[in-house]
Amino acid sequence: MKGIADAVVIFFVVVGAILVLISAIGAIRLPDVYTRSHAISKSTTLGIMFILLGTCFHFFIQEGHFNSRLLLGVVFIFMTSPVAAHFISRAAYYSGVELWERTVRDDLRNQKE
Amino acid sequence: MALQILLNVLLAFVWMFLSVSFNASTFIVGYILGLLIIFMLRRYFHSRFYVIPFLVICKLILIFLKELLLSNIAVLKVILAPSMNIQPCIFALPLEVKKDWEITVLSNLITLTPGTLVVDVSEDGNTLYVHALDAPNVEETIKQIKESFEKTILEVSK
Repeated sequence: MKGIADAVVIFFVVVGAILVLISAIGAIRLPDVYTRSHAISKSTTLGIMFILLGTCFHFFIQEGHFNSRLLLGVVFIFMTSPVAAHFISRAAYYSGVELWERTVRDDLRNQKE
Repeated sequence: MALQILLNVLLAFVWMFLSVSFNASTFIVGYILGLLIIFMLRRYFHSRFYVIPFLVICKLILIFLKELLLSNIAVLKVILAPSMNIQPCIFALPLEVKKDWEITVLSNLITLTPGTLVVDVSEDGNTLYVHALDAPNVEETIKQIKESFEKTILEVSK
């Protein structure tokens, strides 16, 4: 039983860490602000949620201490991080940051003018 | 919906006062009895029986989590692919939802969907400008997904 519980904790924390690493690689490899914001908003959100859940399980199983703040943290990150990505890309668009040259379509240009 | 919940809590309190025992288990029994009463009297309320929107909201949360997982796998494929073979685009999406909170929930859902990110909402609140990571193969499937999202959101506020 203890082994299974530890396996769950290890799974959550390791997957979370790998996801954060992948979003960091994405921030380097992707070409412009908007595509980077895709990678960062999605992968870090899930990565941090996984790490927090793993921590919550760990303390619950090892010490019988249920920390509700970790769950609240999961909920807050889940709600705020897409909004932050939206704001950053919107601010970038209206301050005139160029899209990548291989961008196919831009419907927002008419709205901006 | 809020009125029905408040009424249900009040009925549970009346049950506690009737049975002169003030603890959580009596409250729960009273709440279940009140739920039955509200279900029987549902045609006198203007909105639907409040359990239905509650269940739809649970469904929306499950969709949210599923999409978050799928979008991570999709982004992961793009990032770890050897060649950066993507065609980003910004497309306009006409909205059916009208209220502010519905637009907020929808744009959060879209941001967490595979390969899409909301860039702007038009002034009149009728169009959403969405940045797609990979235009040719995503745009059609995304439209379908969003129709199902929008339908679920409209179902909540019906």
